[in-house]
Amino acid sequence: MSIRERLSGNEATAIAMKQINPDVVAAFPITPSTEIPQYFSTFVANGEVDTEFVAVESEHSAMSATIGAEAAGARAMTATSANGLSLMWEMIYIASSLRLPIVMALVNRAVSGPLNIHNDHSDAMGVRDAGWIMLFSENNQEAYDNMLMAHRIAEHKDVQLPVMICQDGFITSHSIENIQLESDEEVKNFVGKYEPEHYLLNDKEPIAVGPLDVQTYLFEHKAQQAEAMKNAKKVIKEVAEDFEKWTGRKYEFFEKYKLDDAEIAVVCMNSTAGTAKAVIDRLRENGVKAGLLKVRMFRPFPSEEIAEALSGLKAVAVLDKADSLNGAGGALFEDITSAMYVNKKQVPMINYVYGIGGRDTTEKQIESVFADLTEIAQSGNIGNPYRYLGLRKEEN
Amino acid sequence: MAYDLKDVIVNKPSRFTEGHRMCAGCGAPVVARMVMRALKPEDHAVVAGATGCMEVSTFIYPYTAWTDSFIHTAFECAGATCAGAEAAYKSLKKQGKLPEGKETKFIAFGGDGGTYDIGLQSLSGAMERGHDMVYVCYDNGAYMNTGIQRSSATPRFADTTTSPAGKVIPGKMQVRKDLAKIMVGHHIPYVAQTLAMTNFKDLYEKSEKALYTEGPAFLNVLAPCPRGWGYPTEDLMKINKLAADTCYWPLYEVVDGKYKITYKPVKKLPIEEFLRPQKRFKHMFKPGNEWMIEEFQKEVDSRWQELLDLEEITNR
Repeated sequence: MSIRERLSGNEATAIAMKQINPDVVAAFPITPSTEIPQYFSTFVANGEVDTEFVAVESEHSAMSATIGAEAAGARAMTATSANGLSLMWEMIYIASSLRLPIVMALVNRAVSGPLNIHNDHSDAMGVRDAGWIMLFSENNQEAYDNMLMAHRIAEHKDVQLPVMICQDGFITSHSIENIQLESDEEVKNFVGKYEPEHYLLNDKEPIAVGPLDVQTYLFEHKAQQAEAMKNAKKVIKEVAEDFEKWTGRKYEFFEKYKLDDAEIAVVCMNSTAGTAKAVIDRLRENGVKAGLLKVRMFRPFPSEEIAEALSGLKAVAVLDKADSLNGAGGALFEDITSAMYVNKKQVPMINYVYGIGGRDTTEKQIESVFADLTEIAQSGNIGNPYRYLGLRKEEN
Repeated sequence: MAYDLKDVIVNKPSRFTEGHRMCAGCGAPVVARMVMRALKPEDHAVVAGATGCMEVSTFIYPYTAWTDSFIHTAFECAGATCAGAEAAYKSLKKQGKLPEGKETKFIAFGGDGGTYDIGLQSLSGAMERGHDMVYVCYDNGAYMNTGIQRSSATPRFADTTTSPAGKVIPGKMQVRKDLAKIMVGHHIPYVAQTLAMTNFKDLYEKSEKALYTEGPAFLNVLAPCPRGWGYPTEDLMKINKLAADTCYWPLYEVVDGKYKITYKPVKKLPIEEFLRPQKRFKHMFKPGNEWMIEEFQKEVDSRWQELLDLEEITNR
């Protein structure tokens, strides 16, 4: 039986963590994810979880301690944002290379500098090649649901990779919305027990973790990581199917919103999808065949599936909430155009960098994107593929 | 039972095996072997290593010299990595997920680079949070793994590859950081400074105390480096003895804030005895550089006196 509640995205994440009841949580405060360890340490203080909470002195130590705990045989979790993730960066790669099924909540925020505490996706984009499974969440419900699925994916014997559950800082982390929670008992049954095969605390089989791995081996070990990432696709799908059977809520690699008969579409991740849906509904009333592809599973990247889903469109706009500062589009745009090319799908495609540093993304802006797409669909002329959305014009 | 080296070696097989690739004449493996021997044979250990000479020479895939569980993550975070494993132990033990009656001890090893410098924050955090672990710094006084660059543990005037003794600047110009005292400032139950001397009694007993004192403990152990210091490999134990006899490296422990000097040389030797056999101090013996030896001696004397005073004050 689901429980109706009203929670912020951070509260929903903290409650998911409470229900998962991990053995260790090591975390350091950083806006806008601070509330997660804050709520969680209250659960610890009140004896509502069995977790050992390690209030570390930095995010570097948060990830290091999480790695140490997970390698020791514990289910270990953490949460962070932006610069916190930047400070962890070295350890992020080490966590995945050690094949540790750590689960982390990433509340997306702009990476400095200059300092800005508001939402964009520059933090997540900075670790997109680090070997973590990355799931994005439109709202508090998805942040909660993705978190409940995370351990089943991470700990699967064919995967054994860390998982990052992303949601938009403030926009969803601090907004209170309705949510369906599942019961503690059912969550416990769904998530299951963690029984690692090899772990440091097993005195009957001492192991050594994290060697010097020279020319003769590193290449093969990296290829194994890539293989695990490929395996993750199947596992993510299976876990989502089980989740749907349990809760009735359906999750796929990406959500297609009015996409099947659409002529023009936008692609985005996290909360902007909600705004886009509202715009699409209105456009549809006016006879515009607009649609949305919302990427949930960003790593592994569902290249073939996305190419197929977008193949029938007349024009597509990819919205990137982080600028790669390379003069050739954002990371999501690069991934999608590459997917289209490799799968031999030719659709006029443009890129918008938007919402940087928490710049509000309005329905009006999304409407302007669809207006641009209508024009491109009619003329076939792309013009400048690399555009900004919501950037103030230079004043003379 | 009184300490007996023969007894220790016969009854406690080494948990740090041969086949590692540390240099001949290096002080660090001697330290690691003795620290590990201080474990009760029935206890399991989880060892965390900071990136450094010892890590890259003892755990090269697919081989390891550690018979206990070992984890290496990165350079600056042996403290936090070890703390995480210890937190896992506490949690799993509390939940009854580990076998009853079996103890696991947690030990971190880092060189001075990974401890005094880049890993200081991680170490400080782990000690402050009270994890039940021992952090062992094997101090060879420079970044030896990358090729003898100066660290904050490098003694004044030492010639290193980033503090070279040049025509204008005669080696490292700053005095060394006193890490053991920084750890004492954390008010942890056990801090000691030691080295491998004569029959290893001092090192062994301090390791044993550090391991079996509940809560965080810190050992600062001198570990000479034949390549960085420039001494013949067979002279390792001589160099160690001279470090103690000149009071360059005082042996002491601090239990609950009380200082106890565990070795007071009958005849405190002049510092030249320690400096002369080492190539890194060669320039100090050139005519006109006598002031450098004098200043070095002054520094050693004042630190030794400070320690004598601390012993007196804290035991009043």
